[in-house]
Amino acid sequence: MFAYIIRRLGYAIPILIGINLLTFYLFFVVNSPDDMARMHLGMKRVTPEAVESWKASHGYDKPLLINSGAESIHKLTDTIFFEKSLKLFVFDFGSSDDGRDISFDIGQRMLPSLAIAIPSLIIGLLVNITFALLMAFFRGTYVDFTGVILCVVLMSVSAMFYIIGGQYLLAKVFRLMPISGFDGGLDALKFIILPVVIGVVSGIGAGSRWYRTFFLEEAGKDYVRTARAKGLAESLVLFRHILRNALIPIVTGVVSLLPLLFMGSLLLESFFAVPGLGSYTIDGIQNQDFAIVRVMVFLGSVLYIIGLIMVDIAYTIVDPRIRLT
Amino acid sequence: MIKPVILWTDMLIFLLTAVVVMFIFYARSKPHIRAPWQRVFTGKVASASVVVLLAFVLVGLLDSLHFRLPLASNGDNDEIHYAGEVMSALDTLVGPLRTQVEKTYSAPFAAHLFARETIELADGSQIRDYPRLLYGARSLGDAVDGKTRDILLRSLLAFAEMLLASALILLLIAYWLARRHERPVRVLIQDILQDKLTIPWRTVLFMLSLLLLLLLLAINLAGAYHVLGTDKVGQDVFYLTLKSIRTGLVIGTLTTLIMLPFAIFMGIVAGYARGWIDDVVQYIYTTLNSIPGVLLIAAAILMLQVFIANHSDSFETTVERADIRLLFLCIILGITSWTGLCRLLRGESLKLREAEYIQAAVSFGVAHRKIITRHILPNVMHVVLITVVLDFSGLVLAEAVLSYVGVGVDPTMNSWGNMINGARLEMAREPVVWWSLLAAFLFMFILVLAANLFSDAVRDAFDPRTRDR
Repeated sequence: MFAYIIRRLGYAIPILIGINLLTFYLFFVVNSPDDMARMHLGMKRVTPEAVESWKASHGYDKPLLINSGAESIHKLTDTIFFEKSLKLFVFDFGSSDDGRDISFDIGQRMLPSLAIAIPSLIIGLLVNITFALLMAFFRGTYVDFTGVILCVVLMSVSAMFYIIGGQYLLAKVFRLMPISGFDGGLDALKFIILPVVIGVVSGIGAGSRWYRTFFLEEAGKDYVRTARAKGLAESLVLFRHILRNALIPIVTGVVSLLPLLFMGSLLLESFFAVPGLGSYTIDGIQNQDFAIVRVMVFLGSVLYIIGLIMVDIAYTIVDPRIRLT
Repeated sequence: MIKPVILWTDMLIFLLTAVVVMFIFYARSKPHIRAPWQRVFTGKVASASVVVLLAFVLVGLLDSLHFRLPLASNGDNDEIHYAGEVMSALDTLVGPLRTQVEKTYSAPFAAHLFARETIELADGSQIRDYPRLLYGARSLGDAVDGKTRDILLRSLLAFAEMLLASALILLLIAYWLARRHERPVRVLIQDILQDKLTIPWRTVLFMLSLLLLLLLLAINLAGAYHVLGTDKVGQDVFYLTLKSIRTGLVIGTLTTLIMLPFAIFMGIVAGYARGWIDDVVQYIYTTLNSIPGVLLIAAAILMLQVFIANHSDSFETTVERADIRLLFLCIILGITSWTGLCRLLRGESLKLREAEYIQAAVSFGVAHRKIITRHILPNVMHVVLITVVLDFSGLVLAEAVLSYVGVGVDPTMNSWGNMINGARLEMAREPVVWWSLLAAFLFMFILVLAANLFSDAVRDAFDPRTRDR
């Protein structure tokens, strides 16, 4: 098991290198730092001196890959590739284009992101499983049929409308909670409720329909027939046999999402003005802050790969039939 | 003479349409391809959603025929100058909708602007009131009180026209079926109305009538009123939503299709060849997959913006610039989303290469290239089809989110994402400006719902695992 994890981590390294090269290519080769500087200083009538000084102050004035003007090892280290790309591997994120320390910002914004993401995930999971179980229990009847149609209808609504509609109805018309914003400590609770509710509701359609297929798949298996043949009550079959086995794909699916929770939800956070990593990313994109986007790409990839490894481990824990070799 | 403008996406759309039409003719003669499609169209829900989808496609295709009108020539030189504005066939069809621009917001069917303004009266005095719209309810003149009656009359007229047109369509379908089945027309009309045929023509007819009613309502009302109101700069919201259909369709279809050959090739080769090729392909898609999609798109679009800004001279019109961005967005979305299909195809061909008929082909000495094209490819096509259809609705929804983030289609392009983005801040106004949002919501919802229902039917018909249930 331990050796397996180590090996999987080893596999992750070439992938991370690939991502790093790709982002390096996108950010520094396709468009030169000169373009970036001009973009930030305004496109028209930028003096070459202004471009040079912007590049110098942000550390983009070095050669891309090989610094032929430097001594020995500095030939390789005193370059944009080393400074901006390789340093990501040791989680040295440097500073954003407007001069703030990215690592500090990320540390600050992680908690609000989690405060929204974790409750949404847990409540959403419970709600989806409940609905899926209901539909599976009444499979083949009108309850099931209407449920599936309802799920498709819910799925067809854009997430943005859930947010806008929810904000309008719950916060503006009924004035149950503030429209947006965030606060530290216990005060945060009143700001969290609305995003969590909307996050859960917008996921019901796709989630419960998907989980329903897991339940139905299990329901068609031999052991279920045996359980029924023994004379077990249908509800007992459903909860004791089907639910437990169908939870395997559900739980492992959720585990792969866990690390990405840190990244926060782009839409929810920016609509509700939550100072999390999701809104940080959006701000980075909208302010065309290349440094932030680059770091978030790297961070997201690392978290995704961690998620993949965690899924494999989770499989062995929930399903003893699977052995990792 | 008008000057046709063929945008990149237009070309691809027409190419796609041609391929689909050719496929239909090809499939008609092949019973094994026809059978699952027939299963799709026997479903009522699926048939109804196909009618809706086709209506959307029709609007999208009309909106893809672009041209530039000549300007009135000044002087006697032969050179013709063309207007900077690119029009589409849809623009000419909807005529007044495009040109009847008000000053600012007005509610659906309103006769007055949404906001009070200072109006100067004839005698020189000034009052603050809601100014009369330039075009909305113009036929009524100052007799605005007759508005409800006018709307009702026009709607009734539309309804009557719809009944006539539906009856005509019923006759046409019955006549066509009667010729095919060599039975009297009267019997077939009865069969259609009692829903006795394999294809649920009654449902199709009902859906068609519904769409016709909407179309006729639009024809009768949209010229005289702003049926869905006007937006901030006074453009007709109904017109904007119609124009957005093309953007949604382009994103939904071209995205998967652009990367399709690539995904099919990589997936099948990886699964068939195994060994180091498999490792390389797996490495590529795991790497691409681990980058968060939105961020990769954002990075690429930011780069594109710099590129366009640096090469602003090479685009003749803003429409062409917006089109390049749309195409590029499709490519980038495609790059982030082909990995799923590639993985599926790899798994499928891994399974297939162990199948007996492939083993037999190998032992007969059939070339690998031939085995892949003749034996593996036709047997994984259902996976491709299901993926393409399933991806469609997700991509239409993704467009709105990306436009909100600021990395979607060009801000000058009509799209539901841009409409939502422009309108969402107006929800804070009092009273609320809701119609732009509602229009974008309704059109998007109907398209996505129809696509979802259709894709479910396609999956059920083509997926061998669900077929026998």
